[in-house]
Amino acid sequence: MASPASTTAYLARTDLDALLAQLRSAGYRCIGPRLRDGAIVYDEVASMADFPAGVQVSQAPGRYRTEQTASPRLFAWSNGPQALKPFLFQPRETLWHVEHGADGALHFQPTPAAAVPTAVIGVRSCDLAALDLQDRHFIHGDWSDPYYQARRSALLLIAVNCTHPADTCFCASTGDGPVAHAGFDLVLDELDEGFLVRAGSPAGEQLLAGLPVTAASAAQRDSAARAGAAAAAGQTRRLPPGNLYPSLLERHAHAHWQDVAERCLSCGNCTSVCPTCFCYRERDEAPFGAPQSDHVREWDSCFSAGHSYIHNRTIHADTRLRYRQWLLHKLGSWHAQYGRSGCVGCGRCIAWCPTGIDLTAEIAAVLEGTPR
Amino acid sequence: MTVTHCPYEAEILERREESVSIVTLTVRLTDAAAAGRFRFTPGQFNMLYLPEVGEIPVSITSDAETPDILSHAIRDVGRVSHGLARLEAGDRIGLRGPFGRGWPLLAARGHNVIVITGGLGCAPVVPVIDHIHRRRDDYGQLAILHGVKHCSDLIWGDCYQEWALHPDTQVLLAADVCDTRWSGTIGPVTHLFDQLTLDRNDAFAMLCGPEPMLRACAEQLLADGMAAERIWLSLERNMQCALGQCGHCQLGDRFVCKDGPVFHYGEVRHLLDKPDL
Repeated sequence: MASPASTTAYLARTDLDALLAQLRSAGYRCIGPRLRDGAIVYDEVASMADFPAGVQVSQAPGRYRTEQTASPRLFAWSNGPQALKPFLFQPRETLWHVEHGADGALHFQPTPAAAVPTAVIGVRSCDLAALDLQDRHFIHGDWSDPYYQARRSALLLIAVNCTHPADTCFCASTGDGPVAHAGFDLVLDELDEGFLVRAGSPAGEQLLAGLPVTAASAAQRDSAARAGAAAAAGQTRRLPPGNLYPSLLERHAHAHWQDVAERCLSCGNCTSVCPTCFCYRERDEAPFGAPQSDHVREWDSCFSAGHSYIHNRTIHADTRLRYRQWLLHKLGSWHAQYGRSGCVGCGRCIAWCPTGIDLTAEIAAVLEGTPR
Repeated sequence: MTVTHCPYEAEILERREESVSIVTLTVRLTDAAAAGRFRFTPGQFNMLYLPEVGEIPVSITSDAETPDILSHAIRDVGRVSHGLARLEAGDRIGLRGPFGRGWPLLAARGHNVIVITGGLGCAPVVPVIDHIHRRRDDYGQLAILHGVKHCSDLIWGDCYQEWALHPDTQVLLAADVCDTRWSGTIGPVTHLFDQLTLDRNDAFAMLCGPEPMLRACAEQLLADGMAAERIWLSLERNMQCALGQCGHCQLGDRFVCKDGPVFHYGEVRHLLDKPDL
């Protein structure tokens, strides 16, 4: 691989539209960050004008606020509630349709796995790490999910290194950010005057070759490196390193689980905004009076009563058991299942928790002192 | 080959009422090629789909030698099972499967086998008993132990009588509560262990039933000197995809649907001893 110095180019901010035009002519639907309903969301973008110029975000436990500044920067914000997950693991989709013939026969029609080529501009390092975890779950397990796989294969990723992590972010401690090292086709560093651009794949090289770029200066490269280091150094929250599964299992009866349960509403916001949570339920939607049905899957949460229900028994019957299940899995058994923790340090579960529960503080309290 | 994502149509060949709440549905895939390809090992399960209602996991109780004909004992306890239990021969359902890891019948060859079941939990081990009886010379002694809460809960009573007639087979029944007609032991199923005539040091145990009963039996067998790797049990959890993807069946780091539902005790002892994991 060539050294970054030889392959890092400079793209003027106004030439972001040239990138969008190139992506569209290559057949990609373009998704990027937009400001909507007071939050950064990922949706279709037509031009640079759709990007949230000057928008900054402040986040704290149970709090997320955007603020308009005079900065020309398009990516000076920390992540909103969602990024890549809904595009790959859709919140809701029909797996098959079945019709009941007059003779009693059943005709099953599986939904074909298909995907529109999609380019996402402005992906953060934490979300690339989360995508890799979802890939391990949906593609590299015993069975591959055809719907996820089709959308994954049609995905082009343009990362933007994060320069404005929120107070809730702790990606530096999980090793997942704020600078992206892999998993992208192109990666951008945003400077006051424009972008540094580097390719991370053959598709990215091809894109880069068609862009009106010039050579990046040493000063620009230094500036980007300093911004990345500062974004990491400014983070105050952290998760303990290593495999926490044995410690958490040992502390299954720790009194602190009840302490959290008294503050937790069991609403499932945390699992909805978590970029790695993968649970889904399946159910049928049958119109009244018609002998047919759609079998759909939709996001589920281990905070719901139905999640652990088996005939006449709900295994995780109360909030204490559900919160424990979530973290025992996310920070513990993921190591055994997928070779690493299921947390990428994005901090969404902290900001979007209506009662401001902070998993970094809760896990520290559980790990403190003796197992019980 | 496993039917993974979209069900095949299956026709109900026979509906047999086992008790007030248990019905056995015997089905065959209507796609002859798919029926011909279907293979399973005892202990595996299928996802049965009741049109317009939903899917549930049900273990296969029929003989693995005739995998084109599949029987499932269905206990009428929920929305889907209630509907399935009311179907008749000729009705159609959907079927995906087979899923999961079955019983260690290969490893158990040449050894004694103790089958221990509780409550209504006998279904997943019925094909084990059939398998051993069909290959009697491949296995040592067979003991079939079954415990129920009340003697009137006993189903498949005829089967136990018939199994007791097979060579080298010991059948022992226990009930916590009984009336004067009960000829079995009074008490939990673990009270039967003293009556075992086979050599436990050369045995595999295969257990199925409610978790407290599974743990009590497995702990007793361990205490009596059996290795945890020789004690196998079948677990139940909420299952919606059966592919290890929907997340509902997790027990610690295990996906019960694909890593199990049959585990040896060494794999899950440290998980089952923690309440409500």
